[in-house]
Amino acid sequence: MIRAWLARALVPALSLVLALALSSVVISLAGENPARALTLLIAGAFRDGEAVGYTLFYATDFAFTGLAVAVAFHGGLFNIGAEGQAYLGGLAVALLCLGAEGWPKLLVIPAAVVVSALAGAAWAFVPGWLQARRGSHVVITTIMFNFIAAALMTHLLVNVLIKPGQQSPETREFATNTWLPQLGRSPLNLAFVLALLAAAVVWFYLWRTRWGYELRAFGHSATAAVYAGIRPARMIVVAMSISGALAGLMSLNEVMGFHHRLLLNFPSGAGYVGIAVALMGRNHPLGILPAAILFGALYQGGAELSFEMPKLTRDMVVVIQGLIILVCGAFEHALRRPVERLLLARARG
Amino acid sequence: MSGDAFLVVALLADATVRGAAPLVLAALGGLYSERAGVVDIGLEGKMLASAFAAAAVAAITGSAWIGLGAGIAASLLVSAVHGVACVTYHGNQVVSGMALNITLSGLTAVLGNAWFHEGGQTPLLGPGARFAPIDLPGAVALKPLPVVGTIYDEVVSGHNVLVYVAAVTLPLTAWMIARTRFGLRLRAVGESPEAVDTSGVSVSATRYRAVLMSGLFCGLSGAYLSIAHHASFVRDMSAGKGYLALAALIFGRWRPLPAVAACVLFALADAVQIRLQGTPLPVVGVVPVQLIQAIPYVLTVALLAGFVGRAVAPRAIGLPYVKDR
Repeated sequence: MIRAWLARALVPALSLVLALALSSVVISLAGENPARALTLLIAGAFRDGEAVGYTLFYATDFAFTGLAVAVAFHGGLFNIGAEGQAYLGGLAVALLCLGAEGWPKLLVIPAAVVVSALAGAAWAFVPGWLQARRGSHVVITTIMFNFIAAALMTHLLVNVLIKPGQQSPETREFATNTWLPQLGRSPLNLAFVLALLAAAVVWFYLWRTRWGYELRAFGHSATAAVYAGIRPARMIVVAMSISGALAGLMSLNEVMGFHHRLLLNFPSGAGYVGIAVALMGRNHPLGILPAAILFGALYQGGAELSFEMPKLTRDMVVVIQGLIILVCGAFEHALRRPVERLLLARARG
Repeated sequence: MSGDAFLVVALLADATVRGAAPLVLAALGGLYSERAGVVDIGLEGKMLASAFAAAAVAAITGSAWIGLGAGIAASLLVSAVHGVACVTYHGNQVVSGMALNITLSGLTAVLGNAWFHEGGQTPLLGPGARFAPIDLPGAVALKPLPVVGTIYDEVVSGHNVLVYVAAVTLPLTAWMIARTRFGLRLRAVGESPEAVDTSGVSVSATRYRAVLMSGLFCGLSGAYLSIAHHASFVRDMSAGKGYLALAALIFGRWRPLPAVAACVLFALADAVQIRLQGTPLPVVGVVPVQLIQAIPYVLTVALLAGFVGRAVAPRAIGLPYVKDR
């Protein structure tokens, strides 16, 4: 039992070390000192209360998208479309906030939760339905839906929703009654609490309800699930919709909690970070939350880093994120086997 | 048909050929890998790796050919990593491909910015450092001929060498897959690896070869983008072409000719899309350019959903081969 837990914590930790070691090679190639860069990164993420606030603010985004990817993973599906689903969620939130001037806050917030989840779910429902009914591969359709969402949102922001008489493609600022309450002086806001709630709900759904059990059974072995009377098409559509809803909720943090307007490309890669977070957190909420905080720290620290070392743009964080997905996801067995063998030997000896 | 309209069609065909070349190369590369049972969603990342390496090395050496070599080497390296993850360590193939795509998207931008200080772009390439258009023999002489001359001059002649390489890879791939021992083993490994293993042929070695073939082809495809079609590397310049190529491969049911036909269709959609920008259409009027740009992506979804139905993939695709299963 202890061994299983140790392996569960040790493998991601080793993966992180390995990914950072590989990143150091990249930093050296870019002509900077890796040790100094990593120190700056960590310092930038945790220097003071404000930095920690930013770290948790970014972590909120990644917790939502990480949960989104994880729910789909449990159903045996790879949802790469969290980016587009979050984008559409943001559209719904923005339309609500623009129209909700004068509404009481207690009404706006639940309404925003509902519309962002619905919009995200709708954008994921279509690829899910196409996979279930037409067999079109969900990985490719969700990627295409990301491109389509980007085109659609650019059109809307440039031509329709743009604040009149303004150059940059963004909506006008929402009325203050639609802003999510901030926690402290950083952009950390109520969405962080919502993310924790979402993690609890996802845990309860997956491990404490019949529907969650069905989903996991289906993801584990679709053929066995069919014999147990589980309908595959339904499972695919449900898993994708829930996944999309979680991704859609991410927009609350950015649009309603921080910018208070709809910006071009506001998810800025959070959907892809979600993949790394889900893999590193082993698709479990208790793993996803720390992984999300880790990536929040990388984003916040990465911003500070590119300020100190202009050679290392924020794309460096994308490299680290890609390497973590590679090490945790693709080379999973390569690391786990030796670790388990070692622990086994220890237990015997 | 009036002369003007004919010229428009010829120019459209010309743009289609140029747009199809990188898709064809990537899709045929992916065909080797996927027919051997290894999912190749990393086409995008390999193209980016090659586009960056080719442009960077061509900029430094001033030679397009050395640039091409570097591009292929970079792409081969990426596919080797994919191979180790998928074949040796039985990793999740889709996750490995996506990880490589994300890593390369960041890596090319970081290194481009650090090395060339132009915001992630590589320096503009001079004449010798990129592949110039080649005038096929007789293009000038035949030009005055009506129809045939225009087609030959506008559509067939005047492309860079990699376009012609792409054209040759179709028959080459069709022959390799269908008629050679390597092709037979490759298909067998993708359909029934146990049988191949039983007959004493190494499943791993065959899959590695297939994955590396994909690296070679994506290397050509990526280099085409940065040192033939354009004259520098721009960040994320593959812009989803790797995914489109993969969709074309699936739409073409993992067979060379239909896959290439799908690539040409996507390229045509893109050429039409560029022509349509700003032109008023009947009924709807001028469609905003942002929406027109989405045409290839919408087309991909529509094709995957509507017309293929359930494509029959190689039976062992995505499954790591474990001997003692």
